Amino acid sequence: MVEPGTFLYELWVSRWAILDGFGTTVLVSMLAIVLGTILGTLVGLVLVYGGWVSRFLVRIYVDFVRGTPVFVLVLASFYLLSQIGIQLTAFQAGLFALVVFCSTHVGENLRGALQSLPRGQTEAAKAIGLTFPQIFVYVLAPQALRQALPAWINTATEMVKASTLLSVIGVAELLLVSRQIISRNFMSLEFYFFAGLIYFLIDYAIERAGKAVERRVALPS
Amino acid sequence: MVQPILQIENLHKKFKDVEVLKGVDLSLETGDVVSIIGSSGSGKTTLLRCVNMLEEFHQGRILIDGEEIGYSGPRHKARKESEIARQRAMTGMVFQQFNLFPHMTALRNVTLGLTKVKKMPAEEANAIAGKWLARVGMSDRCDHHPGQLSGGQQQRVAIARAVAMNPKVMLFDEVTSALDPELVNEVLNVIKDLANEGMTMLLVTHEMKFAFEVSDRVVFMNQGRIEEEGPPEELFRKPKSQRLAEFLKSSKF
Repeated sequence: MVEPGTFLYELWVSRWAILDGFGTTVLVSMLAIVLGTILGTLVGLVLVYGGWVSRFLVRIYVDFVRGTPVFVLVLASFYLLSQIGIQLTAFQAGLFALVVFCSTHVGENLRGALQSLPRGQTEAAKAIGLTFPQIFVYVLAPQALRQALPAWINTATEMVKASTLLSVIGVAELLLVSRQIISRNFMSLEFYFFAGLIYFLIDYAIERAGKAVERRVALPS
Repeated sequence: MVQPILQIENLHKKFKDVEVLKGVDLSLETGDVVSIIGSSGSGKTTLLRCVNMLEEFHQGRILIDGEEIGYSGPRHKARKESEIARQRAMTGMVFQQFNLFPHMTALRNVTLGLTKVKKMPAEEANAIAGKWLARVGMSDRCDHHPGQLSGGQQQRVAIARAVAMNPKVMLFDEVTSALDPELVNEVLNVIKDLANEGMTMLLVTHEMKFAFEVSDRVVFMNQGRIEEEGPPEELFRKPKSQRLAEFLKSSKF
């Protein structure tokens, strides 16, 4: 069978740890994408339809977060939040940072999609007597979401990659688990490569699924 | 005297400091077909858009079937959004750029207003939409999306979308300007048919020959005012003002 000391042997020995790390990576990424998308949708809506005060505040939030490395966000939410009395676990703090990061991307993306719709769409909808909520639901949102989809998929893959940063605050996700395994067996090349492959496969799956959805909702022309 | 279906009184409209409408009066009775002509920047499209509340205006009144549109009272108080939405459905508008909803089939484009504004059951809405799409010669394209239709076909669907709402007045804003020349007539013919059936229409157009043929009255606008108004024979054959004479000479009529 597989000899001790080979990569496959080491892999087999650490299979549960790796699976755990994989699970944590998937969980934190998924939560970050879902919660970040919900928050980001609000951000986008405020940026387009908010009054000038709320628009101004959200604009500062978006620009500030987007101008900060995710790494710094992760460290800040882990170390700074506890300073002001908010006690979060490493997982919660890391997730918080990713959600904030994700929300700004989704928000900007949605804002761009909504603002790129021709004014004639709103005018035509008004002309047949639709109220604003109806115009948004039936006319603007379906078009904006189609337009925002490719960038959203891209953001989702970014979130999986950004989740590796949680390893520095001690969240046992795939990268940290891999490093722990390497510190035991010194097979750095093999296990880093393996971790890289897993990340690639996760993102590849997201990409393919996204493309499938894009094709499904594409408009015939 | 019959009450006009559309009455515009002393309409003023400013963009920033530029006054684009400087007191326009116009009235249409049921069944009237009135064309507005004039050079670009004369305010004719703005006038049309005010009737549908796509533009605010600062002074004057617009009444449709006796009801004041967009504002109320002597102090020109703006109405509520929901109220304005209801009033907008009293007019139907067709745009230069068609503005069909690209994510909906031709049929759904027409039924949207029927089901959401008029709260019709889907069956009834489909029947009405089907009837109007047939009238504009688009029966066999009901399930197509706008992206699959030619410009002329899109514009005919847009006309069906507007008339299906059974508006009191139809507004046409340079509806053939964005079309390839060979597609212009199919759209104009649809409009002519509707006009012959007694639909009340206010049109902004650059098609002088069409305006001459279809209109009961023609209005010539110049620099935010109505310069001349009258039956097409008089306006086109015997223009009174020098500006209209010049305009007609420079246009292809």
